[in-house]
Amino acid sequence: MNITNILISAFRALQRNKMRSFLTMLGIIIGVGAVIAMLAIGQGAEYSVQQQISSLGTNILMVFPGSSQQGGIRMGAGTVTTLTEEDANAIARECPAVAYISPGARSGGQVIAGNLNWATSIEGTSADYLEIRKWKVEYGDFYTDQDVKAASKVCVLGRTVADNLFPDSDPIDQNIRIRNVPFKVIGVLARKGQNAMGQDQDDIILAPYTTVLRRLSYSPNIRYVLVSAVSAADIPVAQKQIEELLRMRHKINSYESDDFTIRNQTDIATMATATTQIMTILLASIASVSLLVGGIGIMNIMLVSVTERTREIGIRMSVGARERDILTQFLIEALVLSLMGGIIGIILGVSGSQVISSLAHWPTFVTVFSILLSFGFSFAIGIFFGFYPARKASRLNPIDALRYE
Amino acid sequence: MSTAGAMPQQSETTGGTIIQIEHLHKIYMLGEVEVHALRGVSLSVSAGEFVAIMGASGSGKSTFMNVLGCLDKPTKGTYLLEGIDVGQLSRDELATIRNNKIGFVFQGFNLLSRTSALENAELPLFYTSLSPKVRKERAIEALNLVGLGDRIDHYPNQLSGGQQQRVAIARALVNTPSIILADEPTGNLDSRTSVEVMEIFQSLNEKGITVVLVTHEPDIADYTKRQVIFRDGKIRSDRTNEKPKNAAEFRRTLPEIDAEEEAA
Repeated sequence: MNITNILISAFRALQRNKMRSFLTMLGIIIGVGAVIAMLAIGQGAEYSVQQQISSLGTNILMVFPGSSQQGGIRMGAGTVTTLTEEDANAIARECPAVAYISPGARSGGQVIAGNLNWATSIEGTSADYLEIRKWKVEYGDFYTDQDVKAASKVCVLGRTVADNLFPDSDPIDQNIRIRNVPFKVIGVLARKGQNAMGQDQDDIILAPYTTVLRRLSYSPNIRYVLVSAVSAADIPVAQKQIEELLRMRHKINSYESDDFTIRNQTDIATMATATTQIMTILLASIASVSLLVGGIGIMNIMLVSVTERTREIGIRMSVGARERDILTQFLIEALVLSLMGGIIGIILGVSGSQVISSLAHWPTFVTVFSILLSFGFSFAIGIFFGFYPARKASRLNPIDALRYE
Repeated sequence: MSTAGAMPQQSETTGGTIIQIEHLHKIYMLGEVEVHALRGVSLSVSAGEFVAIMGASGSGKSTFMNVLGCLDKPTKGTYLLEGIDVGQLSRDELATIRNNKIGFVFQGFNLLSRTSALENAELPLFYTSLSPKVRKERAIEALNLVGLGDRIDHYPNQLSGGQQQRVAIARALVNTPSIILADEPTGNLDSRTSVEVMEIFQSLNEKGITVVLVTHEPDIADYTKRQVIFRDGKIRSDRTNEKPKNAAEFRRTLPEIDAEEEAA
């Protein structure tokens, strides 16, 4: 019996009980649809988490000066001034895996513009700061290397600061006073929202770190160096290069420990991604339970079908159908059921994910992998759950099958 | 009936022994009880014969038929079909024998419902390696031979009992078997249709096809050339019918009352 005939007779047999075939397929449809939708939602979650992490800036390393120790009392990070501007410049010059650096200085205080005032923090940075943080200026300009070198009294406002100091007017080219030092506003940053800890990242003023150090900061030393590696893969390389460079510059012997600390964000990112991946796998496994139930439905219906069609099997055997002919016939029927269910389920799952993302504003991604996976799964279910009934049919004795009422 | 020799013959009109049966026994287990359905049957059938197997119900004739048709295996004894010892064959080999050496016609027609006459007649050919085109041609040829060439697209529920049995005969013929076995082929038919069916068997036999049929009606056995009578699992008599009735002639003497029904 060739495959076309088997397919035709399989479709015909399924057509005879349209409702029953449909309900049987429904199990697979729901199962496959659920698996696809769950994988799509999981992928979406992974994407959102990655988005949020990269909003902190990508490939970031932070270099802090070491802690000082007086007797037995350790004073905490940054209490000694082992990190200098020269160190920062050396990192920029001599570490090939480093893309950008921004020495950091911090200050804070009351800021006055016209008759309004606002307490906020002032972050001293290099001109590359926005590159590292993946941040943008919404309007106006950012200060240049020239401004940094000259320690110009210019600044860029975060959205929250701009809204509070200039609720109705354009802040560009206006003067503000930060602790009585006049600064010219040259730009306003794009809104960045809250960070992972719930802090408002837009409540900030950026200024050249040289200006902050010389005019505002209580200490003349940089607090940290913000570094971005060339790529994610280069983060450990950059870390190593900075470590070696600083140990050399600080003349640290091999038996002494570092007088600085380097931290990176990839650890956090990796952990968060792993968490969402586990969630995705969990969701998909729950969904695949319904696929299993669907498969059992197919087996059930095929068993009923074999019993109902015992006479047909007898007739076919009496005119020369061999065991494998009967086996193939029923196996193909089960496969047609499960694959049709699978295809409809894929269509449903894909469109369902789209509905979810448009209604819930949640990004969903249907991958080719998830489609192939569910298709393969429904194929396997057809074979697995179809085999037993088909085998049962093929093992019938022709004379018993013919006599069956 | 249409063109003679349309179906190529497997065997010559005379000579060769097709069926050679020696001391055949068949014992069924019905729960705890042993039922001895056949108790040492020996029979040989040559090519071109037209044999009726008769007997009361329970005489073992149907069991014998099932063994002949390779649907059931004997408990003891040998059965040679064209020299092949059927008792030694596997299930698949038996299926192949049923497919190309035997054509089986049942009392209850046993057609696949919701399947056209053409596809029913074609069924044995599905299990061969013939191309779809050849299969269709052969099935149409067989249906023409039983006079149903104009109803190939009808479904069994659109056909009368006689017509359904003719589809079943076409199905039995389509693989050019060595022998046609018919188990009470007229059992479900009225007397007029029975005569029509016997007419087909006679015309097939005239073309050289060997036919063995089971019946308990002496009227039907009168159309055959040899009558074997079973009783209690044994052959009681085996005689040649010198002057078989001619079904075609007999049918012409019947009034045409069923013509309208047939047409409907």
